[in-house]
Amino acid sequence: MTTTAATSVTAPTSKVPTGHSARSQWKRRAPLLPALIFLIIVTQLPFVATLVISFMRWNALDPNNKGFAGIDNYRTVFTDPTLRSSVITTVVLTVTVVLVSLAIGFAVALLLNQSFIGRGIVRTMMIAPFLIVPVAAALLFKHGIYNPTYGLLNGSITSLWDLFGAKNPPQPDWIDSHPKIMVEAELIWQWTPFMMLILLAGLQSRDGEIMEAALVDGANPWQMFRNITLPHMRQYLELGGLLGSIFIVQNFDSVFTITSGGLGTANLPYTIYQTFFSAHDYGLASAQGVVVVAGSIVIATFALRVVSSLFVEEEAGR
Amino acid sequence: MTASATVAPSRSTTTRKRKSSGVRASSLSAGLASWLIGIIFFIPVAWMVLTSFHSESDAGTNPPKFGAPLTLDGYREFFGSGTGQSPWPALINSATASVVSTLLVLGLSIPAAYALSIKPVRKWTDVMFFFLSTKLLPPVAGLLPLYLFAQNVGLLDNIWLLVVLYTSMNLPIAVWMMRSFLVEIPPAILEAAAIDGAGLINIMRKIIAPIALPGIAATALICFIFSWNEMLFARVLTGVLAETGPVFLTSFVTSQGLFLAKVCAAATAVSLPVLIAGFAAQDKLVQGLSLGAVK
Repeated sequence: MTTTAATSVTAPTSKVPTGHSARSQWKRRAPLLPALIFLIIVTQLPFVATLVISFMRWNALDPNNKGFAGIDNYRTVFTDPTLRSSVITTVVLTVTVVLVSLAIGFAVALLLNQSFIGRGIVRTMMIAPFLIVPVAAALLFKHGIYNPTYGLLNGSITSLWDLFGAKNPPQPDWIDSHPKIMVEAELIWQWTPFMMLILLAGLQSRDGEIMEAALVDGANPWQMFRNITLPHMRQYLELGGLLGSIFIVQNFDSVFTITSGGLGTANLPYTIYQTFFSAHDYGLASAQGVVVVAGSIVIATFALRVVSSLFVEEEAGR
Repeated sequence: MTASATVAPSRSTTTRKRKSSGVRASSLSAGLASWLIGIIFFIPVAWMVLTSFHSESDAGTNPPKFGAPLTLDGYREFFGSGTGQSPWPALINSATASVVSTLLVLGLSIPAAYALSIKPVRKWTDVMFFFLSTKLLPPVAGLLPLYLFAQNVGLLDNIWLLVVLYTSMNLPIAVWMMRSFLVEIPPAILEAAAIDGAGLINIMRKIIAPIALPGIAATALICFIFSWNEMLFARVLTGVLAETGPVFLTSFVTSQGLFLAKVCAAATAVSLPVLIAGFAAQDKLVQGLSLGAVK
């Protein structure tokens, strides 16, 4: 299944000289084979099995009624309203988190690309959210920040009201009233550092000579940003967006921890987990999995294109 | 804001000298803005660590008591002084799965990267993109067959199953990273060594290893982080015996009265190895996260 994604990429032409004997080719291949074979067995075979099971009627709670189901599971996938809503949730969650964390990440990267006192400290502080174990981060937000009685958000509101001598500070139940936004906010907090790091690396790889030439020619900062920085950053923005999408589409930990998939926050990974782990409907869970894989291949194809364009550029520059 | 951003790269001293006072003023406001955003992003982490050292009654107040006396009670609670439920077996499982899978990843990825860079096979780019494409598909779609397989061969609730799965999860990242480090080795050195009669083992030991060592270390740290963080597979495929740190944390998902200090202590303790590994690999973090595409 993955090979379709791989072959659609225009691969840079190989530099390997042709005309080697078959034996020397195998000698070259030997160090590669263990990794390749291992990966094919562990990651590709399960997908094939998923594809097969997706056409079966198979519920672990009803083991005798097992057999070929044709496209019944797929019909359920595309007609079940809860599933459709989890597709929409996944898309909204992914797009929101990726775009917002890209925007904040880009702003922070532009700021951090300049010299100021304590730049290293700010960079370290910015990276820290990404280095909290995802489940731990989600727990921290659920109990430590969003909790209506002792969370930091409502606590800060109380402090602020006390400061001005006001009475009856509002104490909203954040997760109950805005479940999706709260999950998204937690993910944006974790993923902004990721975007920031990629974009900062992009900013630092700009050609200094071109920048200086533009300065000498009297380009103003906006012109330089618009005509040099943005075009150069395009591929880094794409890369951050696509890699972020791939990771966030797969997100399970935050949804599981903060809302347990309730209040309309169940995304596709969570729904598949539920179908398989709670409903024990193996056939349906597999069909859902195949649909998710198909969707991912679309994103993956674009991602591979971007990565390969960066890759070719780098190889050419070598 | 963008004014001085475009003056970079700040490495070159000539551009730095040329900065006008106007640029310096905008640099000051950029510095202030950076500090502000940095602090906002850091507050949850600081709050987590601070609360983990408060007593439960101080942690559960509204408004928050930032200056409450510090105590290790939260950590004592997390490590099972009250409930008798120790997280140590889970943490040891996490360490086993992360360390062993990382070693396996290195053992598989270094030779593979060698065959993709120093002595490349034909169509090596296709191989590279095959490795990458396995990383782009949602692992949840392969979870059910893995579960059924583990059930049939009696590997459910066995930490070694996670070792194998985490190895496959990190192998593509490691191959991409390792290759990007190995291609940095100038081919002339390798040729010179070969002409001088150095064998493959000697070339590996004396030339490749010293140059690639920082890269190997960074790759290892990043693989360690990803394995340590993983929760979905661990939750589905393990039970009592092989549960990992993140699975242990899921026992805090439902509220249990005043337990914020304990939760914060748990979150801090479980995240500590990742924080250490992440800051140690800070310079190479972006390279690993972007699968070697960005340096």
